[in-house]
Amino acid sequence: MASPIEQFQIKPIIPVINFTNSSLFMIGAAAVIVGGLLYATRKRAVVPGRAQSVAEVLHDFVANTLVDATGKEGMKFFPLVFSLFMFVLTANLLGMIPGFFTVTSHIIVTFALAMLVIGTVVIYGFVKHGTHFLGLFVPSGVPGWLLPFIVVIELISFLSRPISLSLRLFANMLAGHIALKVFAGFVVALLGAGGALTILAPLPLLMAVALMALEFLVAALQAYVFTVLTCIYLNDALHPGH
Amino acid sequence: MADPHERNGEDERKTGSTDDADLSARLKSLDARISQASAHRAESEPRARPTSNSSAIGQAFRLSAEFVAGVAAGGILGWIVDYLLGSSPWGLIVCLILGFCAGMLNLMRAAGVVKPARYDDKR
Repeated sequence: MASPIEQFQIKPIIPVINFTNSSLFMIGAAAVIVGGLLYATRKRAVVPGRAQSVAEVLHDFVANTLVDATGKEGMKFFPLVFSLFMFVLTANLLGMIPGFFTVTSHIIVTFALAMLVIGTVVIYGFVKHGTHFLGLFVPSGVPGWLLPFIVVIELISFLSRPISLSLRLFANMLAGHIALKVFAGFVVALLGAGGALTILAPLPLLMAVALMALEFLVAALQAYVFTVLTCIYLNDALHPGH
Repeated sequence: MADPHERNGEDERKTGSTDDADLSARLKSLDARISQASAHRAESEPRARPTSNSSAIGQAFRLSAEFVAGVAAGGILGWIVDYLLGSSPWGLIVCLILGFCAGMLNLMRAAGVVKPARYDDKR
């Protein structure tokens, strides 16, 4: 029987340029997003059709999340945040199709996305506020002898952000897909065991169906959480001192 | 044929000018209502900035990774310090402890027990 982690294996498709199944599904996700949005907005009707409504809901949802977290001036980051949200959401949902590869179940991918966010925060923070951005690490009202410790702790806390951002998405997708595969494997194993055990086979099947629904929830929720945290971190770059 | 509703509709169509006036009046009131609604929305925008309380379940998922990430960041930082200064194992030990503190801080911030990372009025 297939091992539950075999689904995460990276397989080269075009070895010469290191084009792997992961690359294929990243390009696939981008193609689905671009194609879907182009299809949805081709008419640009005043009264939106079904596809256009979906696109508008997605746009408003991300825009509201961003404005809630960062205020109106945060809208200059909308292209970045919307691209991140759509990519994570589409990659997660594409991974739910049986036999498909889940791009976001590899920590290097989610870490690269998180570093993109944190890099934007740091660079924009320093460009906009200069050294005032470092005030992020120096809280007010701390006694002098405690300050060095607090600054180091704040620094580590800041450094842990890309880790927590990438870890959460990666761990959720990895754990969910392993759990699905394990329960699906139980069905096959029980059917193969024969005798009384065969009668038990539908039980893990029910569990797999329930987990599938949960995984769809997790896929959408993790994309949302990733977006919300991106907005909160961008807020630090926009308003470091107040 | 003797449907009263249909008759009514025909009557209204005959009196075209009043219909137009009615329509423009309705459009005007709609305009006013739209501008009022958007003004209300713009007004409420700055107020709605308390971070991360958008969804309780999202916050619950957030907590799990915060603590681990703090410890991991401390460990990585300590390992780098040891690697650069050759002070093994003290950098790792100290930074892991500090990372533990940072993880707790992350956790409490994510839970909303302490104030979020933005510090107001430095005075």
